[in-house]
Amino acid sequence: MTKDELLVTLKNIVKPYIQDEEAFINLTENTDFINDLKINSANLVDVVLDVEDEFDIEIDNDAMEKMLSVKAAIDIITTKLNEK
Amino acid sequence: MSREQIINLLPYQPPFLFVDEIHDISENKVEGAYTLKKDEYFYKGHFKDNPITPGVILTEIMAQIGLVCLGIYLLKDSLSSEVKPKIALTSHTIDFFLPVYPEEKVTVVSEKEYFRFNKLKCKVKLFNQKEELVCRGYISGMIKL
Repeated sequence: MTKDELLVTLKNIVKPYIQDEEAFINLTENTDFINDLKINSANLVDVVLDVEDEFDIEIDNDAMEKMLSVKAAIDIITTKLNEK
Repeated sequence: MSREQIINLLPYQPPFLFVDEIHDISENKVEGAYTLKKDEYFYKGHFKDNPITPGVILTEIMAQIGLVCLGIYLLKDSLSSEVKPKIALTSHTIDFFLPVYPEEKVTVVSEKEYFRFNKLKCKVKLFNQKEELVCRGYISGMIKL
């Protein structure tokens, strides 16, 4: 999966949970889930669970704590996919 | 952890404590009950001269028994009278089927969907004394130390 494909998949995953439409339309690697997209902490858990299902990977507590931006999410997903 | 200890760790008090008893509790499931008093404060307004338990209160009963009691049980090894859980309701989707009147006893049965990264999501049902389904749905919350 290319980085662009991964970004599209991730964008689809976060879509139901975002509050800030404009930040979502302008989403880049630097977009922060909480500060920019205004996703609440409970829905951030849903994002992580959906990421696990979509990519068939397991996110542990350490990875969860780091997964606060698009860039961090892509890095974590890529690392986990490479470990498989 | 005993059932009394769980109730004592609940962060509520009357008139907003809606747990009388816990019948059964395990890692994946909880069952408990609450009897609505004749003079609950909300009957004065809901409705005028026609007391019926508000849906938000039924939802609260489901959340207190089904989510908060189970959450306390799941965190039991880390809790004490000094270390109390911090909780927040984050979402609920409930369908209602029957009314509940003053002095009815209702039973809540809740099954854990998942508890991960401090988020507890449960599938919750509430029954009346005739064992008829009053309402059911999904409730989620964050619970941590």
